[in-house]
Amino acid sequence: MKEKIRIAAGQGFWGDLPDAPVRQVEGGPIDYLMLDYLAEVTMSIMQKQRSRDPSAGYAKDFVPLMKQILPACVERNIRVTANAGGVNVEGCASAVREVARELGLAGKVRIGIVTGDDIMPSIEGMLARGIELRNMDTDEPLSTVRDRIQSANVYLGAAPMVEALDRGAQIVITGRATDTGLTLAPLMHEFGWAADDWNKLSAGTIAGHIIECGAQASGGNCQYEWRSVPNLANVGFPIVEASPDGTFVITKHERTGGWVIIPSVKEQLVYEMGDPHEYITPDCVADFTTVQLEYEGRDRVRVFGIEGRPATEFFKVSISYSAGYKAVGTLVYSWPEAYDKAQAADRILRGRLDRMGLKFDQILTEFVGASASHGPLAGLPSPDIPEVQLRVGVRSEDRSAVERFTKEIAPLVLTGPPGVTGFAGGRPKVEEIVAYWPALIPKSEIVPRVEIIEA
Amino acid sequence: MFVQLVKLAHARSGDKGDTANVGLIALKDEIYPLLVREVTADRVKHHFKGICKGEVERFELPNLGALNFLLHESLGGGGTLSLMTDAQGKTFSTALLRMEIELSEDEAQSLEVG
Repeated sequence: MKEKIRIAAGQGFWGDLPDAPVRQVEGGPIDYLMLDYLAEVTMSIMQKQRSRDPSAGYAKDFVPLMKQILPACVERNIRVTANAGGVNVEGCASAVREVARELGLAGKVRIGIVTGDDIMPSIEGMLARGIELRNMDTDEPLSTVRDRIQSANVYLGAAPMVEALDRGAQIVITGRATDTGLTLAPLMHEFGWAADDWNKLSAGTIAGHIIECGAQASGGNCQYEWRSVPNLANVGFPIVEASPDGTFVITKHERTGGWVIIPSVKEQLVYEMGDPHEYITPDCVADFTTVQLEYEGRDRVRVFGIEGRPATEFFKVSISYSAGYKAVGTLVYSWPEAYDKAQAADRILRGRLDRMGLKFDQILTEFVGASASHGPLAGLPSPDIPEVQLRVGVRSEDRSAVERFTKEIAPLVLTGPPGVTGFAGGRPKVEEIVAYWPALIPKSEIVPRVEIIEA
Repeated sequence: MFVQLVKLAHARSGDKGDTANVGLIALKDEIYPLLVREVTADRVKHHFKGICKGEVERFELPNLGALNFLLHESLGGGGTLSLMTDAQGKTFSTALLRMEIELSEDEAQSLEVG
């Protein structure tokens, strides 16, 4: 058993710095690279892609990334965990296998495919059997939106990833799975943690939570002393250096920018946090109120004392469904009286929308530069404010109403208050809203599958 | 005397659906009990009037010197449904830091925030 395992965060979300995973591989010693590709509604995008092209439906960026780092990973035995599989995990794995062969690594790379998360084909059957998949926030049964569902995926935990690693997978590709699982699985595999060692599983889960948003733990979005964060242009993404006893150090590669300090780790610990006593994952229920932090050196924060409780009987399901359309238009008004002009433009616009009888579920006006982030807490802007961006958004089930709205923004330049600019972006786009339906499903309903293929 | 939270704490916020969560972290250990005393869920709800339409829950993390607030119905539906610039609630952290709390003269002096 290794004494310490180093798990590097490769990206905090799909669309994060493209270089970050490469720099993690090249910047120093690591044992694992974890990558998160799936936001809440990413699956619906991937379902659409697959319906147009059966070979699509996974995070395409993952393949060229593998082409860049696979030789180094094979040479140094760095393993990769990623939820890049989307709704076509087999397709993703095949593409990666192709890359391995092109790189002359045939016979040297095993790829683990974790599936069983996609319950889209089973939804009708489940509803018929009385599994209601009620919305966790509103308690409505899924049947209310059944004909608008675009994707349905269970958040699998670490267990199937551990199996893939146990069976020799160098690269583990999943569909929908918890981000924390991508970090916990390597720890369970390397240290042989039992599936009911709740304290250790919680420690691995919390380690995963700390690094799953990438640089947000290592100096990015750091509200504490933000001016003092060194060299963010060269920010080092965080690395978990874990020990078999469940304690770990958060750190980053030498000669990278950013910082790993107790305040930056604390900020990430509270991020997207509900009840800290009960951080529920498929693998355990972690207690964030037991986390202890201390310095172990520059850019090294030691984390220990973590406790947790047994996992629940349920998986969380992420279902996406069509929920209408929206569009947002903006214009910039300049001094003098920028705020008054922007408000006047808003009144004129709304007057026109009213006159046309257009019905929206919501219209929202914001004044960027004055109060868009803090609303009423911002108070009134200074009368001399140099410029204000008028930002108006609408949402409706009726696409034509939203479309009509998009044609009313540019005309304000010639038919509204003066001192206006910022319209060169063209007509706002109508966007189809894919909304998120969180539900719970008994674990007994789900059968995770692990398949290993070889390059 | 009244002291703005930005002098006493740092913060980070995020989203869970239509709920914004704000983690408020004491800048020094000795500040934490003052936050516990003064930054109540009711006061936070009042502070976010017009923004937070639902309940405010508060959780304590004494191990981190932090409080976690859940501001329900604050994000215009949240996620992709929301029309807000800050649909993810990432600026709720600094919005909370605008809040003022009352400290005694002694407390303010010993913290050097008087």
